[in-house]
Amino acid sequence: MNQMKMEHVPGKVKGTITLFALSTCGWCAKTKALLHELGVDHYYVFVDLLPPEELEEAIREVEKFNPHGSFPTLVINNGTRVIIGFKEQEIREALG
Amino acid sequence: MSAELPTQDEIESRYTKLGREAEEGGYHLNPDREFTKNLVRGLLVNEKRYGYPSCPCRISFGIREEDRDIICPCDYRDPDLDQYNACYCALYVSEDVLKKHLSVGSIPERRPTRSERKAAAVKKSGPLNDTELLYPVWRCRVCGYLCARESPPLVCPVCKATKDRFERFI
Repeated sequence: MNQMKMEHVPGKVKGTITLFALSTCGWCAKTKALLHELGVDHYYVFVDLLPPEELEEAIREVEKFNPHGSFPTLVINNGTRVIIGFKEQEIREALG
Repeated sequence: MSAELPTQDEIESRYTKLGREAEEGGYHLNPDREFTKNLVRGLLVNEKRYGYPSCPCRISFGIREEDRDIICPCDYRDPDLDQYNACYCALYVSEDVLKKHLSVGSIPERRPTRSERKAAAVKKSGPLNDTELLYPVWRCRVCGYLCARESPPLVCPVCKATKDRFERFI
């Protein structure tokens, strides 16, 4: 996607799935756990843990898909579908 | 970005303090202890990182003036409690959640976008008209508490928000 360092979690491939999250956020943790439970191949990044010089770029990336730049933002196939917040049903339907 | 992580003792003691202060002010912490303590952990992480406990579910650049509205309790807590029975990160919940065992979920972001916030900051910079009041009236942006005195209190007596969370109301 860009130079931003993403963690890769291997699993069932359901498209390119990227989770933008915060390490301190409860809803992000639940979203991450749900992706794990579903066993889907995905990438994630804890934006708050990025070095300060990468933060602006990372937030701009999130804002492209979600103008609020809020977390968690789940981007499926480069923005074909974007799920904002921990929407359990929606995520299960999209990736289950 | 790395910073010292909060200890279990720090998390427990902040959790207890926040719970006590919430109840005293008529607010309630989320009864899901594990979830809530994890948020308290996030608040402590942010406090160590940035010097103030900004919302664990919102990104910060570590600039207090830009983050005043998201220092916990945030400016959006009370309207979110009214509308959704929980604040954005769900640290705080309404009484109905406790009484009726409502479940809370992820809610929409009420905070304006970055560009909206920038535009609002430019618009707001003019001084207020001086009226014939003996004292200016200050309003707590978190809970709406009003007081007439030379300057706002160091800490809001109702919701414990700090002095810089007050705005001149009249």
